[in-house]
Amino acid sequence: MIFTSFLNSLPGDIAQGLIWGIMAIGVFITFRVMDVADLTVDGSIATGGAVCVVLIRAGVNAWLAMLCAFAAGVLAGLITGLLHTKCGIPAILAGILTQLALYSINLRILGDRANQPVSVDKYYLMVSQRYTRALDLSNPLILLIIMCAVLIGLLYWFFGTERGCALRATGANQNMARAQGINTKTNIVLGLMLSNGLVALSGGLLAQYQGAADVNMGRGAIVIGLAAVIVGEVLFSMIARNFAAKLATVICGAIIYYVVIRIVLIAGLNTNDLKLLTALVVAVFLSIPYWKSFILRRKGMSKSKEENHAATD
Amino acid sequence: MLRLIDVSKTFNAGTVNEKVALNKLSLTLEEGDYVTVIGGNGAGKSTMLNAIAGTYPVDEGQILIDGVDVTKLPEYKRAKYLGRVFQDPMMGTAPTMQIDENLALAARRGQPRGLRWGVTNAEREEYRKQLQKLGLGLEGRLTSKAGLLSGGQRQALTLLMATMQRPKLLLLDEHTAALDPKTAMRVLEITDQIVTESNLTTLMITHNMKDAIAHGNRLIMMDAGRIILDISGEEKSKLTVPDLLKLFSEAAGGSDASDDKLLLS
Repeated sequence: MIFTSFLNSLPGDIAQGLIWGIMAIGVFITFRVMDVADLTVDGSIATGGAVCVVLIRAGVNAWLAMLCAFAAGVLAGLITGLLHTKCGIPAILAGILTQLALYSINLRILGDRANQPVSVDKYYLMVSQRYTRALDLSNPLILLIIMCAVLIGLLYWFFGTERGCALRATGANQNMARAQGINTKTNIVLGLMLSNGLVALSGGLLAQYQGAADVNMGRGAIVIGLAAVIVGEVLFSMIARNFAAKLATVICGAIIYYVVIRIVLIAGLNTNDLKLLTALVVAVFLSIPYWKSFILRRKGMSKSKEENHAATD
Repeated sequence: MLRLIDVSKTFNAGTVNEKVALNKLSLTLEEGDYVTVIGGNGAGKSTMLNAIAGTYPVDEGQILIDGVDVTKLPEYKRAKYLGRVFQDPMMGTAPTMQIDENLALAARRGQPRGLRWGVTNAEREEYRKQLQKLGLGLEGRLTSKAGLLSGGQRQALTLLMATMQRPKLLLLDEHTAALDPKTAMRVLEITDQIVTESNLTTLMITHNMKDAIAHGNRLIMMDAGRIILDISGEEKSKLTVPDLLKLFSEAAGGSDASDDKLLLS
């Protein structure tokens, strides 16, 4: 009985994971590639959802609406980037400011309402929760898998180009980047724009999938994104060496996250405790590298002094 | 090739920590000059290099590289003219990127970066040849992450990166100070090799007086943000460490010369 209910919900969880996986790739770009903790995403995911739903309701084609959602996210990233690089506000704070401002803006986009439905009966939607178990082309899983694959391909190409390499160098070592003639500020802004564009894209998909855009749909999104990035890294770091594989593990991480959440819910966890659980899991995984180095240091100290010298030389 | 005209820089101006790092410093480097720079701690050696590189703006004066006034240009724009190797081996390379990607970033210094491939196969071949010349076995590790290299290997790689696009001026900021003596010697050999081969105009800071005498065609000594000694050619090649110490006490003329002796030797 329990197993059947798990199996029944599995396609939906995978779909959710794929959608949030796109969002998590956005987080991966800032957090891992650019080495910036960007909290704009909690706002920009809802912006993407709001723009997408409002446009579809106004009769715009869903694909075009998604493009606009992407653009709106890019704009949000630009604001955070400018606050950070042109106004000298620490990145994390710049993100929080944009995120807060976006809450008001998202309400405005939604016509001063906290949410707006978009019914799959009335409009053409790219993906919908209703068909997760359908055995034909309307099944959202098909489109989502293709979209994820295309996105990974595009990003793999982009980060292999001169511009993409400049972005990665900026994230890896700003001193070196500047010494090689790279304008690090411009590249940080670019990275934030790209990241939030993807996050908003995921927001647009999520709103269509759920059949509504909600001003609160992004609450805690950054933590879910981080969870996906970290789960992917911990589970697949040994096999995923190349950049495209790493992006794929981020999406796998998001899927695993949603499947695990389903399992603990079926096991009887209160839904209200979910965010607490997610935060705990992310906190534990983020602290692992720190504790690891701490333990290694302790071990090193207990060895002879000469060995210790050799290690530090 | 390089002209510094009355360049001044004061840190923490107007506070108790006020520190005059450069005091109306003037210096002219001819094309092909290989200049070693010595001086005690706080003499302004690194500040001079950072002022040239644009790490921070100067308070007064003018900096010209090959006739171009770069005084107001940001660091990343001046990079077009400069090759740099830092004291900290971590600073010169992107640790999470591959060796070939690091080299390719450097090969595009001063050029617009678009959507062409970041590294091409033809370039990889070229890099392999260049790395072979370093004699550190890096030619077989093109796709290794730079973060996996030892300090000496990284400095050699950074040196190669700094000179791949021929810079108008090569800035070496105690680039061997963090290495063990043997590796430091090897990196200095590589430095000489590259500088002579391409006839690069070079400014090299060192804490080691012997190195300062053994390398380059010109030696300058700094104290309190000024150049107090400038020796080149024949005169320089005859120098010994005791000579240098004596010259230093005379030039600095102060009672603190003996303290600095310790720092310099």
